[in-house]
Amino acid sequence: MTRFLLRRFMWFAITLFTVVTISFFLMRSVRGGPFDTDRALNEAVRINIEARYHLDWPLWKQYAHYVGPFNLDRHGPEFLGGDGSDLFGGVLTGDFGPSFRYRDYTVNDIIAQSLPISALLGTVAMMWALALGITTGMLSALRRGSGLDISLRLAATGGIALPNFVIAGFLVILFVFLVPLFPVAGWGSLRHMLLPGFALGAPFAAYISRLTRTGMLETLSQDHIRTAWAKGLTPRLVIMRHALKGGILPVVSYLGPATAGILTGSLVIEKIFYIPGTGSHFVNSALNRDYTLSMGVTILFTVLVYSLNLVVDLAYTLLDPRIKLEDE
Amino acid sequence: MLASRAPSRLRQALPYLLLALVLAGVMTLTRGARLQRADLVINNGTEVTTLDPATVTGVPEGRVIKSIFEGLCSKHPATLAPVPGMAQSWQISPDGLTYTFSIRRGARWSNADPVTAHDFVYSWERFLNPETAAEYAYQLWYVKGARAYTTTADEEGRPALSFDTVGIRAPDDHTLVVELEAPTPFFMDLMAFYPLFPVNRRNIESAKSEHPDSWRLEWLRPENIVTNGPFRVVERRVNDRIRLERNPDYWDADNVALSSIDVLAVEQTVTALNMYLTGGVDVLYTVPASVIPRLLPREDFTPGPYLGTYYYKVNVTRPPMNDVRVRRALALTIDRTAICQKITKSGQIPSWTWVPPNIPGYEGAAMEHAATLAENVKEAKRLLVEAGFGPDGQDFPTIEILYNTSEAHRDIAEVIASSWRNNLGIDAKLLNQEWKVYLDVQHNLGFDVCRAAWIGDYVDPNTFADMFVTGGENNNTGWGSPRYDELIAAAAVELDPARRMATLRAAEEILMEEMPILPIYTYVTQNLLNPRLGGFLPNIQDEHFPKYWYWKSDEELNAERAAHPDRGQLVDAPGPAAGLYSPAAQRAGAAR
Amino acid sequence: MRANNERWDLAGRDMEALLAEAAALQGESLWQDARRRLRRNRTAWWSLLFLLAFGLLSLCAPLLPIPSPVALDLQTEPMPPIAPWTEFGNHNYTREYWELSAIDSAAVDLRAAIFDDWQTGSWMGRDSKGRDILSRIVWGSRTSIIVALIATLCSLAIGVTYGAFSGLSGGRIDNLMMRIVDVLYSVPFIFVVIFLITIVNEYRTELEDNWGIGRETVFYLVIGAIYWLTMARVVRGQVLSLKNSEFIEAARVLGASTRRILFVHLVPNVLSIVIVYLTLTIPAVMLFEAFLSFLGLGIEPPKVSWGLLAVDGTEAINPLRIFWWLVVFPAAAMGSVLLALNILGDGLRDALDPKLRGKD
Repeated sequence: MTRFLLRRFMWFAITLFTVVTISFFLMRSVRGGPFDTDRALNEAVRINIEARYHLDWPLWKQYAHYVGPFNLDRHGPEFLGGDGSDLFGGVLTGDFGPSFRYRDYTVNDIIAQSLPISALLGTVAMMWALALGITTGMLSALRRGSGLDISLRLAATGGIALPNFVIAGFLVILFVFLVPLFPVAGWGSLRHMLLPGFALGAPFAAYISRLTRTGMLETLSQDHIRTAWAKGLTPRLVIMRHALKGGILPVVSYLGPATAGILTGSLVIEKIFYIPGTGSHFVNSALNRDYTLSMGVTILFTVLVYSLNLVVDLAYTLLDPRIKLEDE
Repeated sequence: MLASRAPSRLRQALPYLLLALVLAGVMTLTRGARLQRADLVINNGTEVTTLDPATVTGVPEGRVIKSIFEGLCSKHPATLAPVPGMAQSWQISPDGLTYTFSIRRGARWSNADPVTAHDFVYSWERFLNPETAAEYAYQLWYVKGARAYTTTADEEGRPALSFDTVGIRAPDDHTLVVELEAPTPFFMDLMAFYPLFPVNRRNIESAKSEHPDSWRLEWLRPENIVTNGPFRVVERRVNDRIRLERNPDYWDADNVALSSIDVLAVEQTVTALNMYLTGGVDVLYTVPASVIPRLLPREDFTPGPYLGTYYYKVNVTRPPMNDVRVRRALALTIDRTAICQKITKSGQIPSWTWVPPNIPGYEGAAMEHAATLAENVKEAKRLLVEAGFGPDGQDFPTIEILYNTSEAHRDIAEVIASSWRNNLGIDAKLLNQEWKVYLDVQHNLGFDVCRAAWIGDYVDPNTFADMFVTGGENNNTGWGSPRYDELIAAAAVELDPARRMATLRAAEEILMEEMPILPIYTYVTQNLLNPRLGGFLPNIQDEHFPKYWYWKSDEELNAERAAHPDRGQLVDAPGPAAGLYSPAAQRAGAAR
Repeated sequence: MRANNERWDLAGRDMEALLAEAAALQGESLWQDARRRLRRNRTAWWSLLFLLAFGLLSLCAPLLPIPSPVALDLQTEPMPPIAPWTEFGNHNYTREYWELSAIDSAAVDLRAAIFDDWQTGSWMGRDSKGRDILSRIVWGSRTSIIVALIATLCSLAIGVTYGAFSGLSGGRIDNLMMRIVDVLYSVPFIFVVIFLITIVNEYRTELEDNWGIGRETVFYLVIGAIYWLTMARVVRGQVLSLKNSEFIEAARVLGASTRRILFVHLVPNVLSIVIVYLTLTIPAVMLFEAFLSFLGLGIEPPKVSWGLLAVDGTEAINPLRIFWWLVVFPAAAMGSVLLALNILGDGLRDALDPKLRGKD
């Protein structure tokens, strides 16, 4: 177990380093800079701004300054030519730097403000997805080939068949204007969360439904279920205790990627429903050439995906005793 | 390896445990997120870059900064003429070079410090300081020595010159003396321009001492920021809202009616419109083009003239656009009427001039054109033949229209491409680039024809005219004319207003003969606002001042509707949650 | 790493039954069996037919007597649909398209020769620029289908090669290769897309002149390059489990050559899962195209794609007036095709799953 976690951690560090390095240089090689606006800067002013944000440094130095742990500007350690007043900085010290676009905030501030909102939205979406997906998947597996199965699968597939901005649009028309149940946009109360949560969760509900169905069909045809039926257990017990557990396994392994997908997929939903989450920063920061924020969310995303996958793997072993963690 | 031996009870309880955890999380997080709607909600269109007046440039930032800070002057809400703000009065020397302001006694910061002339010296020093890296620093370079101060920095980026070399002095707390390099006719307008608004020294200094490495952000946090305007900041959340509340320390607080304002940053225009229609927002500054025909008959949508031109830049360094006849042919055949009536739809005016109309005292110089498109096409074909091409675009290479990603720009580009194809047989391809790449390509002249727009910074033709001086930062066409440069330079030092306008017109005539740009239409404002909101006056810069805003009572609203039955179809005018009040009621309240 | 070969775990069954089953399967190849089973799954079969019909329709777009998808006829407001029984067609056809390939423009010539200037009425309404929605959907389907096909094939090529190599190599190489995939999984693809699209724009003239590659081709390849990761994982997992499975072992014991094992046993079994995955990737790519269009990074007008139509349609959703035809018809087209693809994918999975072979 310890060895497993250590190995995982090692790969995590390598992954993170690669991601940071690649995206840093990728980001800088794209045309346009954070301070380009439709009103061109005066040349002298541009020089001042670049100096203030260290954009005039050679790229390797900006990279080293960004990664840390030493501060390379004039307040850095003395052996690097600074005055020693502010020794440390950079990602390694947990400091993602100031945002270039939202200049009154550090990247840490922005993530701290927006991540709980995205997490909340994601949770609501995930709960929608799980509740709908597992129920429909289970029902259609049990009534395989029936009209119910077909219609449920049609509905579930519908969730994957339309872009979520279209689904969101339909939802707004239905539940805001025709039947005024929910506010049209914004963030604050549970009422604000249900509609975007549903729109965000719909495609994942569809996937989960399919996974559950397939998983359950597979389990239902297995020997231990047959044995359970043979032993005369009640259908409820067979289904809830044995079949569902087997059916849910693929869903669990899907949760990692799904959560990651919900985090990024929320970009469109956040725009349409005006939700101040992290998703919108994902694309906007790249479009704005907000180097630090963009790197910050990239790192955040990498960490999240990685740790979610780890959690999923651990949960998997708890749910299915036959599966062992890799240890050689 | 742990897994296979994990107790089965734990295994069974796990899902429920997780569920409970998640639910608890949801409960805690929802409780923290609640915020009641403010008295008035406006949509600013995007999140502000910063609240530091010295480093902002954009219109959305300006809207917030004008509400929380006040400069030497402020603007009259309708005429936009400078009116006394922090300066109670001012004197201009006969040669137009020395301005003496007397600072209002009784003006206070929100931390109760008095506003003094020294605050302006401090703020402008900071504004011009190369370390601040103010994007608009050049707006104050009309002051003696200011340009040199900003542009001379040592290796560390600190100013190499002493601020004593700059012509800004405060002989006492209430007198500010500014010396200019040359007479600048619009200098008083600049005094009401938000980048020149003052900041509180104590605010910044204490942030500097408490947070030596992050003071640049710390002094701006809602709990720290000190302001001198009609409102103060109480809460901020990125991409959500800025909550403003009336500033009781403001010198004219008795005349400020609104008690709180939410400034939102909704970028999707459809979402913003939906929020307006369901009462979540009271003021929108833009609306989606697709619904304009439905909005036009309503009383809450009243487009008005706006000081801006939508135009196409032509790269005059690339053949065949290096031929003025080709540029004229392209300009003549754009179906401007179709664009204004069918695409932009809210009464934009087809434009043949560079400087938009409605600037007092200025008569624009239009390019030569006939009244109908058909005649223009005939002339354009003649020009094409003269330039060595066939009348139906024979031998004419395919050209590319560059625009930035946006539906509105795409639509217009499609119409223009089809205008050129149908009228001249010229093939034009569309090239859409995201914003930053678009700017970069434009700056490096990597385009054939490129969409652009310019909104005037101040009500004067110069804000348009000085763009196209040779090598100007915003020129981006490769075009230049010594004669044009001379005229612009001459206008800058001309003190007689009539002669100055005539000089600027002569410059525009050159521009409209040479056509490095193809004007398309003049902008209109597109404000959609709750009819109950009073004090929101139309003007050509689309500048609005929350200081003067108030909620109309039913009587006032009805009287107004009765007086102007032609305003359009009546719509709901919801009042604020906290009740109605107007400045008069406010004053009465204050008197009690 | 998860042990994912339990689905192949035949231990516990007696050899007798296994041999009997094998004998029963003799003479019916995997594919014949799959086709039979697919036909029995009526929804999947209908989906396949629907998709083929749609593909044909979209292939024949230049031959159909529909209006031009790009000719502008500016209106202040979009025109609602006209029922075919009110106006079946009119004589207003203008020949206006983007740059078409030689075959397509020949087809358009043929269309003009057959139908002259007659065209169908606007049965699905027009957008605010007077362009026929039906025509835009049909022409847009070409773009979307091509994006999906090329991107999927691209992901297939990279993914299968990578996954198969990784799975066959095993050991350290396999481990390393899969870790690289993990790393790439965590790279936010949106950068890659923005980055590559930017680069392509910068060099597009050179690309077109020297290589004959349009911006769109690169766009497809970029999407494909993102989707290969899952494919690589799936293929590698399949190869790995097959490599150690009993029937391969059995074949080996029976003295089959490596080549025979590879082509007779491995490839068909990998192929089946690849095909299933393909039918699921195509919808994902189409949705991704729509997502890019939403961000303004997608196909460029005057060309049209379903993503673009869907984005335009969402503009129409507001309570002042719902131009429902702008959103309903494109959504229906997109929805039905993706739905069919998904159903077909499910059906294929059921049909090709060796475990279910010969059953039900």
